[in-house]
Amino acid sequence: MATANQEEVRLLGKWASPFSNRIDLALKLEGVPYKYSEENLANKSDDLLKYNPVYKKVPILVHNGNPIAESLIILEYIDETWKNNPLLSEDPYERALARFWFKTLDDKILPAIWNACWSDEKGREKAVEEALEALKILEDEIKDKKFFGGETLGLVDIAANFIGYWVYILQEIAGLELLTLEKFPKVYKWSQEFINHPVIKEGLPPRDELFAFFKASASK
Amino acid sequence: MADEVILLDYWASPFGMRVRIALAEKGIKHEYKEEDLRNKSPLLLQMNPVHKKIPVLIHNGKSICESLIAVQYIDEVWNEKSPLLPSDPYQRSQARFWADYVDKKIYEVGKNLWTKKGEEQEAAKKEFVEAHKLLEQELGDKTYFGGDKIGFVDVALIPFYTWFKGYETFGNINVEKECPKFIAWAKRCMQVESISKSVPDQDKVYGFMVEIRKRFGLE
Repeated sequence: MATANQEEVRLLGKWASPFSNRIDLALKLEGVPYKYSEENLANKSDDLLKYNPVYKKVPILVHNGNPIAESLIILEYIDETWKNNPLLSEDPYERALARFWFKTLDDKILPAIWNACWSDEKGREKAVEEALEALKILEDEIKDKKFFGGETLGLVDIAANFIGYWVYILQEIAGLELLTLEKFPKVYKWSQEFINHPVIKEGLPPRDELFAFFKASASK
Repeated sequence: MADEVILLDYWASPFGMRVRIALAEKGIKHEYKEEDLRNKSPLLLQMNPVHKKIPVLIHNGKSICESLIAVQYIDEVWNEKSPLLPSDPYQRSQARFWADYVDKKIYEVGKNLWTKKGEEQEAAKKEFVEAHKLLEQELGDKTYFGGDKIGFVDVALIPFYTWFKGYETFGNINVEKECPKFIAWAKRCMQVESISKSVPDQDKVYGFMVEIRKRFGLE
């Protein structure tokens, strides 16, 4: 039954993409119903090109016809628009810290780990060194907190979904040991809290399928 | 207790300029500390251990790193006057999107324009013009990206205008000819006091770029 204020929330995404998954997780945590469209990046839909003409990428959130692109920007929009579950602090300094960690994850940490997992023989040693340095940064930041935001899961944890879940799959395929209990006990512990969180558990893509997807990409 | 605000910065940095503009726009008293980027101070290394970069805003001993994050922080703390971000969440998301576009695109295309040669430079020129035309499109008929007053995107973008003399000379490009609306917007911004008093003039930045080219053998 349509309500007077029927909201239309659409997500254009890619099931295997951690960036796209961030938005699934945030919407689920806020309890917002939405329509999901899987995009084929080799054959982009008219809607994708219409809603993100600048980058032509996913994820894209479309709220009542208004599109928002770039996962971290979408996450902040979700937090500001739906107030069921605060994912970002109201305090300006805490917000600045959270934003710093989003950016550091995307600009420095994710690329370092991704590069290490896909590196060839020649570049491997250096790439692995950088990936380990990146994980050390996170290890120093998480300390003994349950989540990056403190006691409850927040936007930084969502933004770190790649670390909590994708890294294990990619490092296994690459035959590397980057994130382990021995090397980074605090990040490891965080990742277990993360993937066992009831909403996150339901929101992550199935491990076997993700493994198969990336293994197939690795053999190309 | 009076607020203690310190800005660790480097005079020619467009990222540093963003924070200077925001502080000026809000009328925030602060101490400006010039960093020698080849000999970073212990304070900088302590306040930004992850990236070791400027600008760093220090407010009552707490550090805020990354220029756009610092500008948002300033806007949220000193929120009684001159709002830089819109109050509507959707408009805010669009302002963040375009400021992020400036970060992802404008710095890169500008850098390539004045540091590359031959075919790479020709490609850079094309990208530079395309990026600025896209921004012109986004500006539309507005006076500023923020509307009637300067906003987040204006603050994010205008500092790169101080590098234009170098871009045009070394990049062999006439930006006014290619993107007249963009230049008109930039000149309007330079009439705004918080901007004009926060950024160096193009000649000074040009001299700096000449030095850099010599130092890195880019002639």
